[in-house]
Amino acid sequence: MSAALFDHVLGLADDALVSAQRMGWWISRAPELEEDVALANIGLDQLGQARTLLDYAGRVEGAGRGEDDLAYLRDDREFRNVWLVERPQTDFGVTVARLLVFAAYQSELYAALSRSTDATLAGVAGKAVKEVAYHLDHAARWVVRLGDGTDESHARMQAALEAEWPFVDELFTPADAGLVEQGIAADPAGLRPAVLDRVAAVVGEATLTLPEVAPAVGGGRRGLHTEHLGYLLAEMQHLARSHPGATW
Amino acid sequence: MTSSTLTRAWQVAATVLDPELPVVTIEDLGILRDVTEYEGARVHVQITPTYSGCPAMETIRTDLIEALSMAGYVHVDVEFVLSPPWTTDWITDEGKAKLEEYGVAPPGPRTGPVELVLAVRCPQCGSLDTRESSRFGSTACKALWVCQTCREPFDHFKPL
Repeated sequence: MSAALFDHVLGLADDALVSAQRMGWWISRAPELEEDVALANIGLDQLGQARTLLDYAGRVEGAGRGEDDLAYLRDDREFRNVWLVERPQTDFGVTVARLLVFAAYQSELYAALSRSTDATLAGVAGKAVKEVAYHLDHAARWVVRLGDGTDESHARMQAALEAEWPFVDELFTPADAGLVEQGIAADPAGLRPAVLDRVAAVVGEATLTLPEVAPAVGGGRRGLHTEHLGYLLAEMQHLARSHPGATW
Repeated sequence: MTSSTLTRAWQVAATVLDPELPVVTIEDLGILRDVTEYEGARVHVQITPTYSGCPAMETIRTDLIEALSMAGYVHVDVEFVLSPPWTTDWITDEGKAKLEEYGVAPPGPRTGPVELVLAVRCPQCGSLDTRESSRFGSTACKALWVCQTCREPFDHFKPL
């Protein structure tokens, strides 16, 4: 197996999986019924991407682990997602700010990966890039509506951007040089200008200001996480771990 | 080994209905990609999801195995393929007509990365005076619309 490829695919998969779990939290809690449905649908797209990627990671590893083993039976230190997606988000403004950044990043990432020399990654990305365009559009509409809304919504949207901004930097952690050289991985570092351009355009239209804050330490790609991931996994993995082999 | 839409196996597979839109077949929707017949009543079927997380795929797999088994095929395996990615342009004209009759406004041709839909015809009364109420609907592939003439809400199969 290629350890570098396994790690890289896990990073892609875990970003999508953990984000999907956070989106699911909103079901029955969003400001309106249509938003429950929208965030659930966005989470479902991400979950679908994660499943194919985890299945592939299992095959790359070659140790007989399938998508469920990787989703349910790994501890937090074995997860490779970025901090942006793992923290709780009980404020709707934080959710749309985060989705704006994450969907802008995934749009550029998947567009680049759809030209990967790895056929599986290119297939997943070619499919996902079209779905993520809808996620980005949805987030952008909300950011503009709230940012360019009332004084209250403007202030809270700006605060949400400030809260998420320290976690933007980690998205651009360089990928394994060997994988980039072989055309397998898209180097996230190279995506930064295009991603930030997309975000800045929306932030400007929303009459908001791009925050200037120091980046968080990060370390998700190396398995170092905030305490929040453990709680998320406890909930997500509880049933599968308590009743091994259960199906539902 | 034969791979063609003219084989009996394709004809059988093409009768399987979409579980969430049970008026259109998986052939109408362009989900059925390939059916290959081998010696000894073996069949290999390729299907592709509309969206990555489409939860109907498992049901479609089960329905395909059942339909082909009932038609006498002994070994049926169903493969999910992602590439080339599915697009609403693969829905046949017949499929679009069936969707409209069922009350789901069919997708128009694709215009760009995120669709700018100019007018969607109400499948109930035919009015073009309609508006989107939510871009995400009851399934991943649909958006919620409402007709301003007859006041009825309806699903729109959104372009992808």
